[in-house]
Order: sequence, then C-alpha cells, then structure tokens
Amino acid sequence: MQQTIEKDKFLTSVRKWWHRVGQKADSWSKKGGPVRRKMYLNRTLYFMMLPYLILFFAFTVIPVLMSLALSFTSYNILEAPKIIGWTNYLTLFLDDEIFITAIKNTLILAVITGPIGYIAAFVIAWLINELPGKLRSIVTLAFYAPSLSANALVIWTLIFSSDIYGYANAFLLEWGFITEPQTWLTNTTYILPIVIVVQLWMSLGVGFLSLVAGLKSVNKELYEAGAIDGIRNRWQELWYITLPAMKPQLIFSAVMQISGTLGIGGITVALAGFPSVSYAAHTIVNHLADYGGIRYEMGYASAIATLLFISSIALNKLIRRMIRRVGE
Amino acid sequence: MAKKEKNYNAIKARRIDSRPFSEINAYTVLFRSKKKKRVNRSKAGDITLFVFLAIAGTFSLLPLVLTFFNAFKPLNELFLYPPRLWVANPTLVNFIDLANALGNSLVPFSRYFFNTILVTFAGTLGHILIASMCAYPLAKYKIPGGSIIMGLIVYSLMFPGSVTAIPHYLVFNFLGMIDTQWSLILPSIASSLGLFLMRQFMSQVPTDYIESAKLDGAGDMKIWWKIVMPLVKPAWLTLLILLFQGLWAASGAQYIYREDLKMVSYAITQIATAGPARQGTLAAVSLIMILVPISVFVITQSQVMETMAHSGMK
Repeated sequence: MQQTIEKDKFLTSVRKWWHRVGQKADSWSKKGGPVRRKMYLNRTLYFMMLPYLILFFAFTVIPVLMSLALSFTSYNILEAPKIIGWTNYLTLFLDDEIFITAIKNTLILAVITGPIGYIAAFVIAWLINELPGKLRSIVTLAFYAPSLSANALVIWTLIFSSDIYGYANAFLLEWGFITEPQTWLTNTTYILPIVIVVQLWMSLGVGFLSLVAGLKSVNKELYEAGAIDGIRNRWQELWYITLPAMKPQLIFSAVMQISGTLGIGGITVALAGFPSVSYAAHTIVNHLADYGGIRYEMGYASAIATLLFISSIALNKLIRRMIRRVGE
Repeated sequence: MAKKEKNYNAIKARRIDSRPFSEINAYTVLFRSKKKKRVNRSKAGDITLFVFLAIAGTFSLLPLVLTFFNAFKPLNELFLYPPRLWVANPTLVNFIDLANALGNSLVPFSRYFFNTILVTFAGTLGHILIASMCAYPLAKYKIPGGSIIMGLIVYSLMFPGSVTAIPHYLVFNFLGMIDTQWSLILPSIASSLGLFLMRQFMSQVPTDYIESAKLDGAGDMKIWWKIVMPLVKPAWLTLLILLFQGLWAASGAQYIYREDLKMVSYAITQIATAGPARQGTLAAVSLIMILVPISVFVITQSQVMETMAHSGMK
C-alpha cells in the first residue's frame, strides 16, 4: 500500500516535470521563426524518426565523414592519428603496384559484369513479363534464387575444383576440350573469368525484382495506342514505350547494380582465397580489407575507401544522366 | 465526331486483337491460340527469346540443383568419375553426419544455428519497426529537414558497404560492441534500402485516411501503428526478405572473434576448407541454409513484387 502511494507520488512529479518541459519548449518555439514553430508542432514525428536517424548517422553518415578525414592521416588504432596530408593518396597511385592491379581487376569486373548483368536483368525481366501469371512467379523465383542463396557459393569451388572430380574438369575432359585437369582457381588466367561468371550468376538481385515489377505496372493502353501510332515490332515498342515508362525502376536497378559491382570482394575471397594467386582476382574491396582488417593501417585503408566512395558516386551520376535520356 | 470515332474503332479492330490484355501472352501464342495475333509479336521472335530464357534459367538453377543432389549423395557417388549431376541412390547419411556434428564438435553446431537465428530475427524485426517508424513522417509529411534526410538516404544506396567497414570498426570499438552480436544487428537495423522502399510504398497510402483518423483524435504514433502499418504489409514483408537474406548469410567473422558467437556461414567456410572428406556434410548444411530464405521468398513473393513496383528513383 505504502509502495503504491510512493510510486504514485513519483509518477505525478515526473508528469509535472514533463509538463513544465513541454511548456518551456512551447514558449521557446513561439519566439523563433515559423520553421521552429512548425518543428515544435511536429515533434512527435521527429521523435518517431529519431531511433532510425541515430543509427543511420552512427553507421553511415559519420563513418563516411570519418573515412574522409582519416584518409589524410596515418593511424594504427594504438596511437592517435597523425595528419600527413596527401601522402596516402600519393602512395596509392605512385608506390602501390598491388593497388593498381586491384583497380585494373575491379574495372574489368565492373565493365563486364555491370552492363552485362544489367542488360541481362532487363531482358530476362522483359521476357518474364510475357509469361502467364503463375509461370511468371516461378520463373522470377528461378532467376532470383541465386542471390537468395549466398550460402551456396561453395558449390562453385566444387564445380571448378582442380581434381578430376570437379564438374568443369570432368566435363571438359570427357568431351576432349582439355587433356589434363586444370587448376581453375589457382591459375591466373582463369580466376578472373570465373569470378565474372559467378558474379553474373548472383547479380539478379533487388534491381531485377524492381524491373520485373516495373514492367508489370507499365500502362497496357500505351501499347495499343502505340500500335495505332505506327509501332511495328517489339523492339520499337521496347524503345519508345516500355523503357521511357519505367525509367524510375531502370535508375533504381542501375544504382543497385553499380554498388554491387564496385563492391565485389566477398566472391573473390570465397572462390580464389585471400590473397588470390599473384593477386589475379584482387579487387579494391580486397585491398581495403587487407589494409584495414589485417595490417591495421587505417589511414591508408580510409584513403582507399574514400576513392571507392567518390568513384561510385561519380559513376552513379553519369549512369543516371544516361538513363534519363533513354527513349528520346 | 461520331464518324471519326467509328473510323478510329475500325482501324483499331483491324490492327490489334480485342481480347483483354491479361489473356494475351506468349504462352497462348506458343501453345494454344492460332487464331489471333498479338500486337507487334512474331512467332520466330518469341521462340528465339524463350530459348535464351531457357538457357539463362538453366545457368541460374544448375548450381542450386547440384547442391540439392549432392546433399543426398552417398560418399561413393560424391567421388564418382565422371561426376553425375543427379543422385542414383539417395541417402540421408549426410544429414545424419551433420546431426552428429551438431552435437560433438568443439562448439556445438547447434550453437551456430542459434546465433544465426537470433541475429536474423532481432535484426529483421528491429529494422522493420524502426525503419517504418522513420519512413512514415518522411512519406506523409512535409517537415523541415525531411528532404535532406531523404537525399542522404538515396546517396547512401549508391556506394558499396565496404566503404564504411573501417569506421564501423572504430565506431564499434568506441561503443564497446566488438565481439558482441550488436555489431551485426545494429548496422542492419540502419540499412537504408529498406527505409527507401518503405517510404516509397507509404507515399501511396491515401492522405484522407490519415486526416480522418486525426479528426477522430488519434496521434501520429497511433495512426502509424493502427492505420499505416496494416496498409503497407507488402512493404514490410519486402524489408523482411531483404534483410533476412543478408543476415542469414552473414558470417559475423569480421567483428566477432569468439567462437561461440559465430554464425552458420562461418562454419560452412570452415567445413569447406577442411577438405573433400566433409563434402557431403557441406552440401547438406548448404542445402538447409539456402532452403530457408528461398521458402521465405516464395511465401512473400507476390507482396514483394507489389512493393518493388514503387521502387523507382528519379
């Protein structure tokens, strides 16, 4: 009994205090301009956004700014960061041959898997759109399944295993393409092509789903109107009606594709190990992980991260500008 | 006027077929209907494109089918030359081996499963709640600062996650979360793709519903929970599948060093490096691990597709 009374007393005092805080905030908001008043009136909304925003700033915004700042320092976690200006960037481009290899590999991967993956995603989505309802969802699943099953990546090491039990070796031996088993994943000529194949296998992700859904929601009357206006075949229909109608999904899917291809790193480790034989599959992300996670040269690794960040944003801007021009 | 319209209809009837569009598809063209032709479709074109689709589909599914069959192969079939895709004498011995490994390795295998399930569950649930709570004001109100936040979120979709890997380590270190499962859960709660999709989908909720609830005296929290959330069920199922697949495949090896907090993916790579003797067990555990996200996707597929239709960017 005594306890409940004490509890009540405590709660009333808290409520009173909260009320006073509210009144103070109210009068404070009236003193400022209309924006401040509006923010006060919408305070519930800001409280609703707060938890996410705290996490978003802590794990995305601040880290990006941090890596920008750290890229001008030498920092090994144990000692305080030392400002060294542009040295990290100069070393990266002038003194670090492995980084140049990493750029080269990343570019090869991006130039091949980026456009091919993107176009393949669109063509497949476009074909799926012509299938009847039930079949459409089954085929969508068939193409989306690889990106759902990141845990199945190990099957590729079995397919390209170096002994005769590997599926690739056995198949090619059987058909007489090769005379002795190849060491696929430790042979510098084959590693990169294999990474490309596996990356393409996994690349139909969220962007692909967006394309399938976008195609489905293109207004059907546009096609009939187009036929009257003189569109003769499916290719014209694609260029003049379908693509312009789904530009937003095309952009979304391109954004996903770009951050996917520039972020290739996990696949190369899973297939070719880390580091891969004579750095044949070494990507920028691998280089970053090497300096950040193993050598603890955080300043240097941050410089790599900053370059990766700037190049992905620039590439995104470029591709967006190109897509906006589609169908014109 | 009437004459012109009649004329127009006549042209229309000549050029295109009058069936509802939902009935016009490649399937009927290829297999059933020989009577009518669809707009701008040739049969040769259809066949070429579908041959392409079939080849691409085989490429996509073959590794998964291989994983499936390998899980049921006895040892002598796993090391057969030439290797076969299908299984002749299916056996459950790999799963029994896996069950034994569950019990008696250094860290019981069930512990890895528990960790994966715990992290996936906490991260997914937290993300759905917190991200959609933030998406509601961004989608339905014009509040000061809202457009800046949305801009930041769109920018954050544009670069690969590895950019923030190093500062993440420093942030976790600062917060004392190295070697705990928070280092996996919290960043995934803050994933920006989910928030973006949720906001896009919430914009479709009619403002009238919110206005009328407001007239009835409901606060914003109540409107969000009682009115908006039930309406955007497709969107949170999409967030569920997106986050689920990422966390389910996470290995946790980056920021977690304690063996008993690591996840199944990590164990899979350990088995894979252990050599060919565990090939069967490896296939069995991979099969289990890929079946879960695939079945979640199958259940939620139609809702996910509904959400993705609103995923566009300008």
